[in-house]
Amino acid sequence: MENAKKLEAFQAKIDADIKIEPKDWMPEKYRRTLIRQISQHAHSEVIGMQPEGNWLTRAPSLRSKKILMAKIQDEAGHGLYLYCAAETLGIKREQFLEWLHEGKAKYSSVFNYPTLTWADIGAIGWLVDGAAIVNQVSLQGTSYGPYSRAMVKICMEESFHQRQGYEIMVTLANGTKEQKEMAQDALNRWWWPSIMMFGPHDADSAHSNQSLKWKIKRESNDELRQKFIDKTVEQGEHIGLSFPDPDLKWNKSSGHYEYGKINWNEFWNVVKGYGPGNKKRLAHHKDAHEEGSWVRQGAIAYAKKKRSIQKTA
Amino acid sequence: MEKDNQGVLWEVFIQVKAGRPFKHVGSLHAYDKEMAMQSARDLYTRRNEGNGIWLVKADDIVSSQSVDDEAFFDPSNDKVYRHPTFYKVPDGVKHI
Ligand SMILES: [Fe+2]
Ligand SMILES: [Fe+2]
Repeated sequence: MENAKKLEAFQAKIDADIKIEPKDWMPEKYRRTLIRQISQHAHSEVIGMQPEGNWLTRAPSLRSKKILMAKIQDEAGHGLYLYCAAETLGIKREQFLEWLHEGKAKYSSVFNYPTLTWADIGAIGWLVDGAAIVNQVSLQGTSYGPYSRAMVKICMEESFHQRQGYEIMVTLANGTKEQKEMAQDALNRWWWPSIMMFGPHDADSAHSNQSLKWKIKRESNDELRQKFIDKTVEQGEHIGLSFPDPDLKWNKSSGHYEYGKINWNEFWNVVKGYGPGNKKRLAHHKDAHEEGSWVRQGAIAYAKKKRSIQKTA
Repeated sequence: MEKDNQGVLWEVFIQVKAGRPFKHVGSLHAYDKEMAMQSARDLYTRRNEGNGIWLVKADDIVSSQSVDDEAFFDPSNDKVYRHPTFYKVPDGVKHI
């Protein structure tokens, strides 16, 4: 009875676009959904640094190296903002890392694909960040205050990520025959994984309805995917690249692009851990975490020592 | 080896410009004040977001309960005389 009343008041707040803050009452399922979604988002930002880091030492110029470093540094920050937002729900940072390492928490499958050439860095910025931005712009309006505020800050920082990627694609597309082929090949490999980033179709999406009702998500997977495709196709065609989807065509009456069948078998295969890079990405994260342990131990000891000096002084 | 941790939680406040109030921008983890300050600089002011930083350990913050507990803020509504619109001013009187 008590709960039914609270639930009603909660939904009324959501309907009135009043943000939910950490100390407010919330349904247990709302809390759990947020914990899963925000931590998955945080893990994606952090794991996403790996495919890009792969090209840091081989960036073709000092300019491109500085840009890539700045972008990767931003992604680390995004991970931290999001872990902090997730922590307000009562779970410690250490726990999130443990769940990731145990394979209990997921991250975006797109980061399990390898970066074979420099053009992949262009394709990631243009397509992967591009897709992430469409999703994140929408999530600025999420009902949970800390998550929404993190999204606003992230979106501000993201604005250069997509442009730097597109700039790489433009340069390659206007370059030699080999360079243009490189750009096309990267687009061929990254296109489908990028549009899969939005998740399963609305009809097959397990969590979607409740999440929309609670305004955790503001637009459905298919709506967001369509927005991304509509924006991106012209950008590719503008620089003479073509998309690896024979069914992709402009529908005049709907004002949207139609697209072909998505290979969901591949998607679920990668989600379940059988993608080309799953093992490597997770192993690398674990190693980096374990190898960093002495730094954390040292910092803890140093802080302790300083506190005791302060007390005796 | 002893189990390590991620340091304690700090809340970060940034002043955009001299004379403006400090505003909460987010949180971070650090083991001591110096590290907290360095991380705050790297995390929250990479793009001229401000020129002043305040850091407070999250544990040291005293905060009101949630908006769900209405009683705490209730008195502000029955003391209407705290607002300037409560008072009558004769027609034609200016600058008050
Ligand atoms: Fe990001
Ligand atoms: Fe990004």
